[in-house]
Amino acid sequence: MTTMIEISNIDVAYGKVPVLSDVSLTVAKGEIVTLIGANGAGKTTLFRALTGVLPKSRGSIVLDGKDITRMKPDRVAREGLAVVPEGRRLFGPMSVLDNLMLGSFLRLTGQGKGAVNEDLDMVFDLFPRLAERREQLARTLSGGEQQMVAISRALMARPKVILMDEPSIGLAPIIVREVFDVIRKLKESGITILLIEQNARMALKVADRAYVMEIGRITAEGDAGDLRQSDIIRKLYLAA
Amino acid sequence: MIADFTQATVSALSVGSMYALIALGVTLIYATTNIINFAQGEFVMLGGMIMVTLYGELNWPLYMAIPLTLVITTLVGMALMKVAYQPGRSTSLITILIITIGASMAISGTAQHIWDADIHRFPPFSGDAPISFLGAAIVPQSLWIVGLTVVVVGALVLFFQFSIYGKAMKACSIDRGAASMLGIRVSAMVMASFGLSAALGCVAGIVMTPMTMIDYSGGMLLAIKGFSAAMLGGMGSFVGAVIGGLLFAFLEAFTSAYISSSYKELVTFIVIINVLLFMPRGLMGPRTVEGFDDDEVLGQ
Repeated sequence: MTTMIEISNIDVAYGKVPVLSDVSLTVAKGEIVTLIGANGAGKTTLFRALTGVLPKSRGSIVLDGKDITRMKPDRVAREGLAVVPEGRRLFGPMSVLDNLMLGSFLRLTGQGKGAVNEDLDMVFDLFPRLAERREQLARTLSGGEQQMVAISRALMARPKVILMDEPSIGLAPIIVREVFDVIRKLKESGITILLIEQNARMALKVADRAYVMEIGRITAEGDAGDLRQSDIIRKLYLAA
Repeated sequence: MIADFTQATVSALSVGSMYALIALGVTLIYATTNIINFAQGEFVMLGGMIMVTLYGELNWPLYMAIPLTLVITTLVGMALMKVAYQPGRSTSLITILIITIGASMAISGTAQHIWDADIHRFPPFSGDAPISFLGAAIVPQSLWIVGLTVVVVGALVLFFQFSIYGKAMKACSIDRGAASMLGIRVSAMVMASFGLSAALGCVAGIVMTPMTMIDYSGGMLLAIKGFSAAMLGGMGSFVGAVIGGLLFAFLEAFTSAYISSSYKELVTFIVIINVLLFMPRGLMGPRTVEGFDDDEVLGQ
């Protein structure tokens, strides 16, 4: 199996304060891997390190054979990493359609222009509600719908890997289930996903493999099904 | 009576067009970078001065003089981004703001060396013979001013509405962190916004100079007026910039016509201060700030 993301022994610090130490993680093609951990464990820091927002003081990150350790966010995006950031980060005063088109910015301004309409159809197929609301401003949508736009925007880039940061945060339980149903659907279509989640119960249900992060370190890893049964997870539930 | 009113209205529309173009430039750079560019008026001055040489002295035809003037000024705008915004980016917004004031002095000082300290103008595009309308005398140049401003603002609206680059620039102004994660090069967009702002100011200088005349030091006052107009309309809003520019000019023109021209700035600024006291975000400013993250804005 081809490795899509290979994080090897990275350290990340905010100024002089170390936040992540010696973090390693791999995601193979077509796999859903989840990184779970309590609040403040360093999950979002890893997200920011991966996307190129934060510098790494040690270690390397390879995306589909290409070293992206030192790349800036826009370069990382060019290499094929699409993100669904925490809080969704949609362009609120712009329409749903504009948000989706911006997801394919790189293709609209480079190669593969023609296929963008096909991708729009694909996304609207996946989320029929977005098709009805394409002209609406993104900020007027409900939280669940906004999450659908955020996921669709990432899909519109035709990425090699989608990185999701807490897609379930702040959503009603019913919507959370909907979001995870979508993730499961994406998995069936062969998309590679790294899912950063606090909601371990749901994340372990959809993922193939999982990593547990505690105070900036990976403390456990393994098959998602096995981890669900283990004590570490029960401890995390109680903590969260 | 009607003649006075028409005269003041026409004058307000043409001067307001110029303020609107300057305010648009200020608001555009603010939207993509959160900084106020106090060198914005220098683009107007450069637009006028370069035209003085190319069109007024060398007698180039308009279709050659205008594009070259635009190109030179746009390049100066991009250079300003390189020397003012990029090195100052890692410090603070206030540092960059002061750099733009310095840049403004540097540009006008350089202009004094290239040209001189005299007041210049060049002939209006369609002669000086006034057209009479409802008892008022309208100089044909004011039609050029209003017409070109409408075309430029229209093109700007279309660009942000329909072009993917326009949308990307808008996205950068809303949330530059999120935009960069989509592969949009924020620095390129900032560069483009400086170039575009310079071009907008330049257009104002090109069309206004035959009426208002220009000298090397004229930029700073125009920048302050453009900035005030942008604040009045709501910083960051394009519609607001146009409304603010026009309103500013209407206040000035009507104070001059009905009270006294020595009070025109007094009355205008009293109105602006009062509007901002009660509506700190301006007339069309956003009611809420959303999706922005201080870390990203400061580029840390």
